[in-house]
Amino acid sequence: MFNNFFHKLASPVHFYRISGRLIPWLGAGFVLLTMAGLYYGLVKAPPDYQQGDSYRIMFVHVPAAWMSLFIYIVMAGAGAIGLVWHIKLAEVISISSATVGAAFTFLALVTGSIWGKPMWGTWWVWDARLTSELILLFLYLGVIALHNAIDDKRTAARATAILAIVGVVNIPIIHYSVEWWNTLHQGPTVTKFDAPSIHVSMLIPLLLMAVAFKVYYAMVVLMRARCEVLERERHTSWVKQLAEPQ
Amino acid sequence: MTTDSLPRAFALLLKRDLVLAVRHRAEMLNPLLFFVLITSLFPLGIGAFPKLLAAIGPGIIWVAALLAALLSLDGIFRSDFEDGTLEQYLLSSHPVSVLVLAKVLAHWLITGLPLLLVAPLLGILLGLPADAIWILLLTLLLGTPVLSLLGAVGVALTVGLRKGGMILSLLVLPLYVPLLIFAANAVDTAAAGLPVTAHLSFISALLVLALSLSPLATAAALRISLS
Amino acid sequence: MSISEFLDMGGYAFYVWTSYGITLVILVANVIGPLRLRRKLLADITRTARRARKNT
Repeated sequence: MFNNFFHKLASPVHFYRISGRLIPWLGAGFVLLTMAGLYYGLVKAPPDYQQGDSYRIMFVHVPAAWMSLFIYIVMAGAGAIGLVWHIKLAEVISISSATVGAAFTFLALVTGSIWGKPMWGTWWVWDARLTSELILLFLYLGVIALHNAIDDKRTAARATAILAIVGVVNIPIIHYSVEWWNTLHQGPTVTKFDAPSIHVSMLIPLLLMAVAFKVYYAMVVLMRARCEVLERERHTSWVKQLAEPQ
Repeated sequence: MTTDSLPRAFALLLKRDLVLAVRHRAEMLNPLLFFVLITSLFPLGIGAFPKLLAAIGPGIIWVAALLAALLSLDGIFRSDFEDGTLEQYLLSSHPVSVLVLAKVLAHWLITGLPLLLVAPLLGILLGLPADAIWILLLTLLLGTPVLSLLGAVGVALTVGLRKGGMILSLLVLPLYVPLLIFAANAVDTAAAGLPVTAHLSFISALLVLALSLSPLATAAALRISLS
Repeated sequence: MSISEFLDMGGYAFYVWTSYGITLVILVANVIGPLRLRRKLLADITRTARRARKNT
């Protein structure tokens, strides 16, 4: 029965229909989780004794950074599945993840920079995490650029899958190198981006926002994937029916 | 290549590329000159402060090496792509990854290895101490093959594109970052008189990883680009 | 805690609210993007089909 479900899901028609029904629910879930997360994070959690209220940026910065990495791994994994087993839906999910992944990476960078200003007095610090995020952004932009440069959809999907896989293998290496590089130039102020132990009143909103962002990603990737499916299947009768219901 | 033997195919491919390069000897100078020019621009742009130049010298030389490698990468597959030889590689009965290795080895011998000849001069220009220059040579020896190997993956992905050269940098430079960090820092550390075995071990590990995995990725990318 | 104290965020109002504001903009943009793309695609497909029918 499960096998049947996955087979159906892999068919573009069914995917389009099922994802169409899921998206509103995911949207509602995201809104609820975010409201809960913001309430516990902005209202209930007490100010930090060192950073005051500015630490509350963490509730968007950290989940955004987590998502930037998570989405890249999904993008590479889906790309690999599409490459090895020739499953078109995997290709579609892979490329649909690129833009939203880049967006989260950019968000992590911007919020990290804004958070850093009151902490370190400058808009940018070559902190290990921020620098790694910057390189991750370049990796995403490379995937997007390569995809846009290739005309044929199938070739583009397969080429970007290779690039994403090469990138994902490099991410731990890059992260380790940058962290090591950063310890050489460690200033007197230790980075505040990871507190040694986080109080539960701050952990709850953080986790709520993390789950909220995951649900958001699921919603957006399905939305983009539906567009990708429409584009790929535009010459089929079911798509034509959809566009112009007779 | 009528013979079926893989080592022979490898040797033939390598020899062909080297002979072609020697015939166009002048072109081999281009990445070299670029390397020297870029390095020379920094004192002009920053100011000839000896202590400052010696401090940032390793970084400058390694960034210049990266850029020189990037400039020369397009040549790995360009002419073969244009005259159809590249498709012959894919159609042959030999594993494409081994043929790729031959091409990359040729590319490194032609464009990477010569950088080592000029590097001591650049070290002196920027005021690096002798110990640092030796380590600079060693990092270049271990690192330039990595530049060719990783670069080949990027070239293979973009060889079929009209404006492939422009996004090649975007694809490849992030992959170069770990090498840059450890190589430049190795030279810095050597200049301070400290041991660099850890740095060299890491760079060697990068080389081994690139040697084993990147030909496979390059071969897969070539198949996709030419499909 | 009063509303004005809440909005002030202990003096860090600019930093906190700018961060959350940019977050909102990015999240909204990533939802609107696919929505508009879908509408454009469907319109494009309809137009192509209509042109094909006219030409036959």
